[in-house]
Amino acid sequence: MTAALKVVRAGLFDTLQDLGRMGFMALGMPTAGAMDRIGLTLANALAGNPASTAGLEIGVMGPDLLVEVDSVRVALVGPLSPSLIEGPDAPPKPLESDRSHLLKRGQILRVGMIEGASTAYLTVAGGFALPPFMGSLSTYSRAGIGGFEGRKLAAGDALPLARETAPGGDERKLGQAFDYGSGPIRIVWGPQEDYFSEAGRRTFVEAEYRVSKEADRMGIRFEGPVIEHAVAVDKGGADIISDGIGPGAIQVPGAGLPIVLLADRQTVGGYPKIATVASVDLPRLGRLLPGQAVHFAAVAVEEAEKLRRDQEARLQRAIAGFVVARPAGGIDLVKLYEENLIDGVVYDRLSD
Amino acid sequence: MALHTAIVQARDAGEIPGIVETVPTMRSLMVTYDPMAISRAELQPQVDALVARGLPAGMKSRQVTVPCCYDDPEFAPDLEEVAERTKKTTDQVIADHLASSFKVYVLGFMPGLAYVAGLDPSLFLPRRSQPRVRVPRSSVAIAMDMTTIYPFESPGGWHLIGRTPLWMFDQRREQPVFLAPGDSLSFQRIDRKTYDRIAREVEAGSFDWSTLVKSK
Repeated sequence: MTAALKVVRAGLFDTLQDLGRMGFMALGMPTAGAMDRIGLTLANALAGNPASTAGLEIGVMGPDLLVEVDSVRVALVGPLSPSLIEGPDAPPKPLESDRSHLLKRGQILRVGMIEGASTAYLTVAGGFALPPFMGSLSTYSRAGIGGFEGRKLAAGDALPLARETAPGGDERKLGQAFDYGSGPIRIVWGPQEDYFSEAGRRTFVEAEYRVSKEADRMGIRFEGPVIEHAVAVDKGGADIISDGIGPGAIQVPGAGLPIVLLADRQTVGGYPKIATVASVDLPRLGRLLPGQAVHFAAVAVEEAEKLRRDQEARLQRAIAGFVVARPAGGIDLVKLYEENLIDGVVYDRLSD
Repeated sequence: MALHTAIVQARDAGEIPGIVETVPTMRSLMVTYDPMAISRAELQPQVDALVARGLPAGMKSRQVTVPCCYDDPEFAPDLEEVAERTKKTTDQVIADHLASSFKVYVLGFMPGLAYVAGLDPSLFLPRRSQPRVRVPRSSVAIAMDMTTIYPFESPGGWHLIGRTPLWMFDQRREQPVFLAPGDSLSFQRIDRKTYDRIAREVEAGSFDWSTLVKSK
């Protein structure tokens, strides 16, 4: 039997993503990759994987996955309603998010709904046994490349796993939820802030903008007050000679509403970019839902760099602070039966 | 383009740490860097030094022909509006598009999308003020002084005046991206029947692409 997780019911938009397909933008190749780099990194660390391992990015509602391998360790990260694990001869049991779990052949993992965010992550210890395309497993579904057949998962897909059995060791969980920050989204002005009037720039950082329904892995169109261009739109004020679009670039076309460009963004574009989201806050944008409101606040490049370094240090501390996960009561009966049948006795280390 | 090559060479030689990638365009070069490895204040003088050192040059070029069907209104939803705004007949718009001497400058926006300059000046128009949410794959479009061909269905703000049966990106091909910077390009008008035939061959992977390319 092939070592695999089989999709018995697809979620809404589940794709394999790693940290991105870097280095080919000059050929027009978007980077794709995780919308929330922090969530994927935590999920990989919980599964014991290097940060660059591809995991399943779950959009809105997760899939049901049948375990077709002797054992597999999975980690779930994100604000999921309780997921369920059920076996052929066992009642469904809830599984918490933000921790790892050991699953056995024949069990079905029913991943929960995401509540209050747009993305969550599922990783497997050892990763998926799929061939990278241009150095990455990130799915870019618009071109049908990467991940599993270049597309979101569908019922019947069997995701091949690199390991036949889960590695040994305890299950781990996040000490406390990672703080993504809650103030304004930090931005750095430019590269074309001079295409906007002073009033237009002020509108952008003072007004509230709402995520419209047109929000996906490519980017988010915001609704809110119109940002004034410096030169009238019918005189070319919203046209530039196309140039490169970095992660988090904020285009403002002639209609005057900002579009923040994210993982699946085009590599170049011809609308002026008023600002660029500081990389520290890209994971927050990757989690926004339609209807949510944000403010933008400008910081200097040096400040943006420092914020990102501080966040990375906090992320490493969160990973160093993982705790051994034990269910309430201290003894994991499933583990007891599955792993300690030799002498029938197990000691609960945490209550020593 | 030359600075792009110089930076990639310097990065690969280990001379500049922290560069993620670079994107050359007609107006500028975007350099993406990892703030965990280098700061902008450290990076900028190193890029400036590369410019001062002198840049590598030159690449060879090809003459490429792209068949295009302008006749079906589904393929060319903006043709009449372009004709109206440029005060021409639709046939004149098509003739001027066919007569333009195009050159591929930059690939970008998405895999295989070429920015092709050289459009006849009488056809210059700004982009649409509200981009379309969905532009069909292989649409041929114009905006400003350029033409382009959409490699995938995607959002887009250019004026759609025709469609080619070719795919600008096909991962089954050894070189998935058809056009390259520096290519000279001209369009060849085809009718709907020819479009359908070529489209079937492209889809089946049996189309002979070499007939469209001549070395200069």
